[in-house]
Amino acid sequence: MGTIAELLIAALIVVGGIFGLVGSFGLAKLPDLMSRLHGPTKSSTLGVGSTLIGSMVYILWSHGTLSLHELLITLFLFLTAPITANFIAKSFLHRRGDTARKLPPTGTEYGWASFVPPPNSIDDEPDSLAGPRRDKS
Amino acid sequence: MITYAVHFAVACFAIALLLNLYRLSKGPSIADRVLALDTMVINGIALLVLYGIVSDTAVYFEASLLFAMVGFISTVAYCRFILRGDIIE
Repeated sequence: MGTIAELLIAALIVVGGIFGLVGSFGLAKLPDLMSRLHGPTKSSTLGVGSTLIGSMVYILWSHGTLSLHELLITLFLFLTAPITANFIAKSFLHRRGDTARKLPPTGTEYGWASFVPPPNSIDDEPDSLAGPRRDKS
Repeated sequence: MITYAVHFAVACFAIALLLNLYRLSKGPSIADRVLALDTMVINGIALLVLYGIVSDTAVYFEASLLFAMVGFISTVAYCRFILRGDIIE
């Protein structure tokens, strides 16, 4: 029993270390920012989450108490990683100058979000954006 | 066995921090540097948790939770400052 728990903890920690290293290597190696975002947002988050779950299993195995702090940190990191990636990508797109000309067409009457001012009210929206679930009352 | 695994993971995250430092010093745009700082915070959290495993205490989880929150808020503040020139409008 003890050996299986040790093996599980060691495997979780080693996998976490490898994923964290791969994410940061991608951050240093990839050519431009939009591809560099992939490393930290996916691989590093997974590595830290794996390390934190390994730590949770370790506390459960050595102290006999279930500590939920690690689960809280993991949940927080998994929730915030997409938000920071979205913010960084938006700031990169807006600083790049001629992005608005290079973007592909959206296929609706309105342009891309945060490049074209949004509609002021629901009645202001074009019919192509209003889905069947939206009531216009 | 856990000790060897923790040593291996500490080495991995230390090399990852050095790679982030390289990107932080070299990165061509400001967004690259913000991304490198965000990743450094994440790797620092991992190092704190591993140190908590080595020293067999649960003291460092509050520290890493605070670290995660401060890292997230500072990244969002940096990005807003780049985008709008102001943090709280």
